[in-house]
Amino acid sequence: MRANYKVELASGVFLLIGIAALVWLATAATDFGQDIGDDTYTLSARFQDVADLRPGSPVKIGGVTIGKVESITLDPVSFEAVVSMSIATRYNEIPSDTGAAILTSGVLGDRYLGLEPGGAPDVLQDGDEMFITQSAFVLEQVIGKFIFSAGSEDGTE
Amino acid sequence: MDTPATPFRNIVKPFWEAGRCLLFFFLMLTGLRLEGSQWRSVLQQIYLVGARSLVIIMICGFFVGMVLSLQAVNSLEQFGAQDQVGLLVGKSIFRELGPVLTALLFAGRAGTSITAEIGLMKATNQIEAMHLMAIDPVHRIALPRFVAGVISVPLLTAIFSAMAILGSVIFSIGVMGLDTGIFWSKLQTSVHFHQDLMQGVLKSFVFGGTVSLVAVYFGYDSKPTGAGVGTATTNTVVLSSVLILIFDFIITSFLT
Repeated sequence: MRANYKVELASGVFLLIGIAALVWLATAATDFGQDIGDDTYTLSARFQDVADLRPGSPVKIGGVTIGKVESITLDPVSFEAVVSMSIATRYNEIPSDTGAAILTSGVLGDRYLGLEPGGAPDVLQDGDEMFITQSAFVLEQVIGKFIFSAGSEDGTE
Repeated sequence: MDTPATPFRNIVKPFWEAGRCLLFFFLMLTGLRLEGSQWRSVLQQIYLVGARSLVIIMICGFFVGMVLSLQAVNSLEQFGAQDQVGLLVGKSIFRELGPVLTALLFAGRAGTSITAEIGLMKATNQIEAMHLMAIDPVHRIALPRFVAGVISVPLLTAIFSAMAILGSVIFSIGVMGLDTGIFWSKLQTSVHFHQDLMQGVLKSFVFGGTVSLVAVYFGYDSKPTGAGVGTATTNTVVLSSVLILIFDFIITSFLT
């Protein structure tokens, strides 16, 4: 049962198309390749409100992804959200006075953690905490405050 | 062979068949030799069951992607969430629709032809002739078809999913005017490689094995008459489709 040339060619082309489709899907349509690797160190930061930041959300400096959010837990005493993130080891010279803010890509897009590097000479080590933080901008709360303050100005009280 | 005559024949029969099918599976696997001549017949079967199913898979994938984005745009528009179309289409295609629909199409397109081919070989005494020539027909006929199915279905699933994403891109961006950047960035941030795409690939391996095993088993087990081959072909489609949907639920519930 010697398969002829045409059959072998067609099966080969089919196998190639299939593997190419898989690779294309993995790189273009999933988070494959955006993995920061296993070589990471951990930082943490505390926020009043993390909004819908999730484990897996990107951590960025200047728009470039350098890590991802590992876990979000609540401090049982201070009731602050503790965000722990893993950063790729090649970015190991982040100044210790770096600030962390929860930002949004676009007006209603996904949340990400943006770092704003400071100027301190010493750098953040594995397990360190960032103290300058800015909570998420929650549109509903801002609109609520705006309506409340507008109402009290017009009020006759 | 017929079911053993017991008072509970109808209750016993499915278990008896399942056991026979499993035994057939192990018997078939004992013939697996990783050598040239066997690979060539596997390659030929990949051409017959895989490469020749390519067109139907591509057309179906394309239209499934388009109709899914049409439904998604219409429903999500009510909440002003058209941005999520890419996410919804990607997740549902990768996790469920890609593997399941491809396996169902494969059962209809390739499973039936395998069953009918082997059934006809049996009806025309070709299987017996092989026995006489001391060639094991299970290893020679059934095994390459089974292996080809296990290899082809995941690749067909990948092609189906790729065409569905392409259909979705063309429809939601080209026709409905959604933003290209948001569509792709939604896919890349929210659709996960391991949880979504690889879960689908794993499913498609299981489905490919299931459909191929059912097809070769029913072909090999068919009554050697015209009506027997017809019944076996029908049974292949019915049983593979049911098993695909049952296994789909079982795998999903274990993986999530």
